[in-house]
Amino acid sequence: MKKKSKRIKSKKPESKTSFSLTDVISMQDFSKHDIEFILEKASILELMHSSKKKTILFGKTVATLFFEPSTRTRLSFEKAAQDLGAEVIGFADPNTSSSGSKGESFSDTIKVVERYADLIIARTPIEGAPRRAAEISSKPIINAGDGSNQHPTQTLLDLYTIKKTFGKIDGLKIGFSGDLKYGRTVHSLSKALSHYKVDQYFIAPKELEMPQYYVENAKKSGKVKLTEDLYKYLGELDILYATRIQKERFPDPIEYQRIKNVYILDSKILSKVKKTFKIMHPLPRVNEIDPSLDETPHALYFDQLSNGIPVREALISILAGVKK
Amino acid sequence: MNKDDYRLKSIDNGTAIDHIPKGKALQLVNVLEIGEEITFTMAVNVPSKRVGRKDIILIEGKELNEKEFAKIGLIAIGSTINIVRNKKVIEKFTAKIPKEANGIIKCNNPNCITNIEKINTKFKINSSPLEAKCGYCERFMKEEEILKQIK
Repeated sequence: MKKKSKRIKSKKPESKTSFSLTDVISMQDFSKHDIEFILEKASILELMHSSKKKTILFGKTVATLFFEPSTRTRLSFEKAAQDLGAEVIGFADPNTSSSGSKGESFSDTIKVVERYADLIIARTPIEGAPRRAAEISSKPIINAGDGSNQHPTQTLLDLYTIKKTFGKIDGLKIGFSGDLKYGRTVHSLSKALSHYKVDQYFIAPKELEMPQYYVENAKKSGKVKLTEDLYKYLGELDILYATRIQKERFPDPIEYQRIKNVYILDSKILSKVKKTFKIMHPLPRVNEIDPSLDETPHALYFDQLSNGIPVREALISILAGVKK
Repeated sequence: MNKDDYRLKSIDNGTAIDHIPKGKALQLVNVLEIGEEITFTMAVNVPSKRVGRKDIILIEGKELNEKEFAKIGLIAIGSTINIVRNKKVIEKFTAKIPKEANGIIKCNNPNCITNIEKINTKFKINSSPLEAKCGYCERFMKEEEILKQIK
């Protein structure tokens, strides 16, 4: 009698040449492999000739649904889709759509648009709405920001900017300053950096310090230092990711007045920082980075904007062909 | 459950919840789906050799479902759930904190899609310390918030 061969059930090894997600909703869904895959793809697309790029999504339609206005994010997504040769449909102002003017639900809008597009990019003030869209839509969804929850493409472009500038992410010393308590971009980037061997420095007033959960998470992958003093570790840092301190976070206006100018980066920092030191910021800034730093080699914040294009091209080009 | 422990009549069919941490029975009764046609009895602060003091709920004619077991696990961990048929206990187990809670907790974030559209909620539960993470808006709720938000 022929012996039956024993089937060994094993976990399928993660492919080195594929992206595991069918929707881009939250950075918590990304493995390190997924992040690296997008960064690699973005660097290829950034160098690709525009005429070749134009053929990638020829005949495909990308919908951009902006249930709340966001000029930079929307333009960046639309430019990325157009660069790939896709047709772009959608709305930039919810008041001109049925969802805004006729009270159509978010879910119904998604069910309508999935019939017209190969990929849907949605920004909404409703937290968790993109996750819901991914559940009900047969077409891939990219979250372009959902309230104070997630903005995964911002984090990916931040990572891309870091890797492009330094040639690596491992081994860097990265500081965060400003509003670390409520800052969505800071939480998301800090968590993504925990996939790498990075030392993280959290520089904030007591009222706005990094939540313990993120501090503990950062400790898993490198050293963590916390301080209220902007200058204390400035000389050690490779990057300082600055964020805006918002007035509405302070119940006491006197407290806000005391703190608002403490974390301003200006020419005084220049004598303290490394030659290769870089400043990043999710923009828009108010007064936390003095414009006198814009022309110094330390300013990386405008490059972040340009880097958003190849990163979004990478995501759109991968997802527009995905069957869910 | 010892008949002399309290002054309750045993049930013929249904669910007996024993060893409920004292003071939790009232909250449980409010969230279990006990319809108006169902008879239930409740004893609170009953002396117990095992736990000192406990509450007990006996529900005649209704076997609780998975959703309700999860609610008991969140509110009254350690309770003993007995499913009774024809006066015999056919199943007995201890209520545990569920790993997931679907459709039983309301998200406390007013800006969450589950509070704006009619969508079943889903949460991932961490047991120590007890916290729940919304599967949509990703907000965390701590124990006291979870207990307020069980529906």
